[in-house]
Amino acid sequence: MTRDRSDVLLAVEGLKVYFRSEDEIARAVDGVDFEVHRRETVCLVGESGCGKTVSALAVMGLISSPPGEIAAGRIIFSGRNLLNENDNGMQKIRGRRIAMVFQEPLTSLNPVFTVGEQIAEPLRIHLGLPEAEIRKRSARLLQDVGIDSPDERLKDYPHQLSGGQRQRVMIAMALACGPELIIADEPTTALDVTVQAQILKLMNRLQQSHEMSILYITHDLGVVSQIADRVYVMYAGVIVEQGSLEQIFKTPRHPYTQALLAALPSRKKRGQRLYSIPGHVPNPAYKPPGCPFHPRCPKATPPCRGLYPGMCGFETGHWARCPVTAGRGPEDWCR
Amino acid sequence: MNPERTALPLQLEQPLAPKRTRLAEFWQLFRRNRLSLAGMIIFAFFFAIAAVGLVLTSGSHPIFDPSQVRLQEKLRPPLSAPLLESLKPEERPSLSLYLFGTDDLGRDVFARMLQGAWVSLTVGFVAVGISVAIGIILGGLAGFYGQQHIRLEQMLATAVLLAGAGFLAAGPWTAGLALLIIGLAWLVWSISPWGIGRRDAPHRLLRVLQIETLMVDTLIMRFVDIMLCFPSFFLILTVVALLPASIYNIMIVIGLTSWEGTTRFVRAEFLSLREQDFVGAARALGVGNLRIIFRHMMPNAIAPVLVSATIGIASAILTEAGLSFLGFGVPPPHATWGNILSDGKRFIFDAPWLTFIPGVAILIVVLSFNLFGEGLRDILNPKLRERHS
Amino acid sequence: MVAFIGRSLVQKIVTLFFVSVVSFLIIHIAPGEPSQVDPLNPKFTPEMVERFRQAFHLDQPLHVQYAYFYRDLLSGRTVSWKDSQPVLRKIWERFLNSLPLFIVGTLITWTISFPVGIHSAIFRGGAYDRSATFISYVLISVPGFFFAYILIIFVVNQFHVPVIGMETFGMGDSSWLFRVNDRLWHMLLPSILGATGGIAVLSRYVRSQMLEVEGQDFVRTARAKGLPWERVHYHHALRNALLPFVTMFGLILPGLIGGSVIIESIFSWPGLGRMAYEAILARDYPLILTINFIAAVLVLIGTLVSDLLYVIVDPRIRL
Repeated sequence: MTRDRSDVLLAVEGLKVYFRSEDEIARAVDGVDFEVHRRETVCLVGESGCGKTVSALAVMGLISSPPGEIAAGRIIFSGRNLLNENDNGMQKIRGRRIAMVFQEPLTSLNPVFTVGEQIAEPLRIHLGLPEAEIRKRSARLLQDVGIDSPDERLKDYPHQLSGGQRQRVMIAMALACGPELIIADEPTTALDVTVQAQILKLMNRLQQSHEMSILYITHDLGVVSQIADRVYVMYAGVIVEQGSLEQIFKTPRHPYTQALLAALPSRKKRGQRLYSIPGHVPNPAYKPPGCPFHPRCPKATPPCRGLYPGMCGFETGHWARCPVTAGRGPEDWCR
Repeated sequence: MNPERTALPLQLEQPLAPKRTRLAEFWQLFRRNRLSLAGMIIFAFFFAIAAVGLVLTSGSHPIFDPSQVRLQEKLRPPLSAPLLESLKPEERPSLSLYLFGTDDLGRDVFARMLQGAWVSLTVGFVAVGISVAIGIILGGLAGFYGQQHIRLEQMLATAVLLAGAGFLAAGPWTAGLALLIIGLAWLVWSISPWGIGRRDAPHRLLRVLQIETLMVDTLIMRFVDIMLCFPSFFLILTVVALLPASIYNIMIVIGLTSWEGTTRFVRAEFLSLREQDFVGAARALGVGNLRIIFRHMMPNAIAPVLVSATIGIASAILTEAGLSFLGFGVPPPHATWGNILSDGKRFIFDAPWLTFIPGVAILIVVLSFNLFGEGLRDILNPKLRERHS
Repeated sequence: MVAFIGRSLVQKIVTLFFVSVVSFLIIHIAPGEPSQVDPLNPKFTPEMVERFRQAFHLDQPLHVQYAYFYRDLLSGRTVSWKDSQPVLRKIWERFLNSLPLFIVGTLITWTISFPVGIHSAIFRGGAYDRSATFISYVLISVPGFFFAYILIIFVVNQFHVPVIGMETFGMGDSSWLFRVNDRLWHMLLPSILGATGGIAVLSRYVRSQMLEVEGQDFVRTARAKGLPWERVHYHHALRNALLPFVTMFGLILPGLIGGSVIIESIFSWPGLGRMAYEAILARDYPLILTINFIAAVLVLIGTLVSDLLYVIVDPRIRL
């Protein structure tokens, strides 16, 4: 299935984000490419520390400049390279065309302002709407995200709402100006499982009704299976596999993806020992040479230790950074 | 084409970040903050000078004599040479020079500053030592045992104890001593493992004694509140006015009026640490309470205490200077930088060096303590360290 | 909310009781029996002790003493030993003198500290921040009266600012405008002096509060919403950072007595602090003890006020 080039909303190319401290450089994001097309949900999956949140913050321009820096790459949004924008330019995009939903709804909302005031802000500043219109819209937004008695809730303070309600408010705030892209950074990790399911259903519905794209960051493959159209798997700051939902779940090609899926408990594995990947994620400042996964990889071969692998194509739209799986030799390491 | 299909052995021991001891990491963080590094260097320098100064100015024939009165040489400016003809041999200053000039009694200011350094330092350290000790004990008790209730019998035991102490101080020795011992023994027994667990006292009367009253935490914090009500400088002044003037009284009084901050810090740290998982884990392993307190919690709680102790020394030195200014400082013959400074205020127009030298010296030393303390605080506070995103 | 205030009030009353007991017990630090007088202590002669006994009814049991002490204090019967004036009236007069100094000093302190601290926090690490920080440290570390004398020497010679007392002699007959002007002129140096120490401490505290708030998640959310940076800092962050300061406002009340002793002595300002100092010098115990008690009461009122303000300002407590 080929997509029209004009369908690409966000294209991240060769992004590298480094954090410098006095004696070391942490390469949190080390050459990452991904795309989000219009009207699709893309999931960025990986363990904690793999660089997925940093990538999202880089898109929003929220990396704090010392100690972080964008070492290389381009972030193309609707034809413009966001990395060339100054803060003023980014400010017009944030909240208006790209919005973000964060992980912890209690601390992400300002405790001393009402919910209504916080939703009204982007409406007032980006859209310049009159007050009456703002009130109507805010109530409608709350209703859209599934909060009952929206007019009452607008006057509440964040601490008066439940966790699920707070996250819905965050989503409403993100939706307020009708953005083209919503970046959600593990929005359900801090919530109960039942609430989690509701929020996921909500996001699916909103994506359809508002015709927008979602970049969903998570470590939970269960979540991925419920909302993703396409999936990017990240490890140690690089993308190791990308493909459609079906391709990744049915035929994972990279050993890391395979291990992640093998580690999921399921009814079929009842009574057996749970699989876990031996070893641990490398420190971003001290990554091993060659393939970043090779120390823990059951299929590693001698070339994996020294040669950095490129992305190897499998089916259409399905790429994995493992030449060994693709049957390539060291002279053709998928570069 | 088939590459070598022999899989590599799993390398589970990967190169991690280089090992660094806690001390080395601390030192590295500290080095980055220029000001606090400067503070620490000056502080160490001051310490060295005080120690050296003590040696150089004590004894009956000190190298620099701080108490040698030479009325004919009074109020000489710094770096002036003495009129050697008018001085007896033992009156001559070493180095044949008045490095910092002389005061209104002809005493060598340099020598007095050297002597005073040690005394000021002692005042600061002892006062802060007392206040930190009280703070740690009270704060630790409140934080750790805070939720436990004090039983009626423990209150009675304390009352007996205090009565005994009172009698001891006021008059009847034997009665006082007896009450003291009885009270102490009773209190200790009621806190001990045998005493605490008893819930099934046979006699109804004894059961009354086990009624629970206030919580330990409430009691201690109320006490802190009460002490906080009295503005500290004024309180110190009042007490110092009532007691005979002596260096020990001053140190003790400053110490006894400044423990509230430390208590609050220690209590807050203990309260939060108590809930943390590593304490629960230690308990689950059967580690005893005392060991938990000292070996596990205390090293974590020490951080804010260190910071407030460093800053406390600085403020104790300033307080002593203030007391001297008002006439209630450390009495002669001890020289402290505070009383050198306040002695000089009478001659501020004729001999400004008498105020400037100790004033600037106090400023530098106190500044260094403050910088050092703030540097410590920045380092020991993980929240203020720069985050990654 | 009412429960919160109610509980606070009850706590304060209980504390007040204990404070009164402690204030009362301070007398007993002094030697009680003539036989206990240390012959080397010049502050206590046997006559002095006798006088003590008389005034404080030390021959009565403890609780009776306590009753007498507070009866005298609260009804204004307590009389100064120095000039036999009723203590409460003396305190009131001097209080009125200290008040304008206190108000002006506090105003200067608070109006300067906040912009300095906030600016330092927002532009953390910049030249402004570093110089403001260094100056603050120096101001905190200077011995108060040393700084005062330096100020006096430099300023007085240049600008002829008066440094003694509250007003110039012989002003009594001049017009109202002249007198006010004169008073203000006299107030200038002492209030600036009092303010500098306060500015140093408060601006550091403002800065650190602001920094702490800036690191919190909702500030990141505000930026992610595309709000301009002024709104992010001055609307979102500041409003949260200010919370503890509103409560601190109540606690500056006790500063009326505590901080001003040295300043008033240097400038011969006839205020409450200086009166306390003179009382101590003159061993005027009724005055000393009364002032102590009043200082403690002021603190309690101050904390009650700050609790009230806290309730008003923080929605998490209110609802």
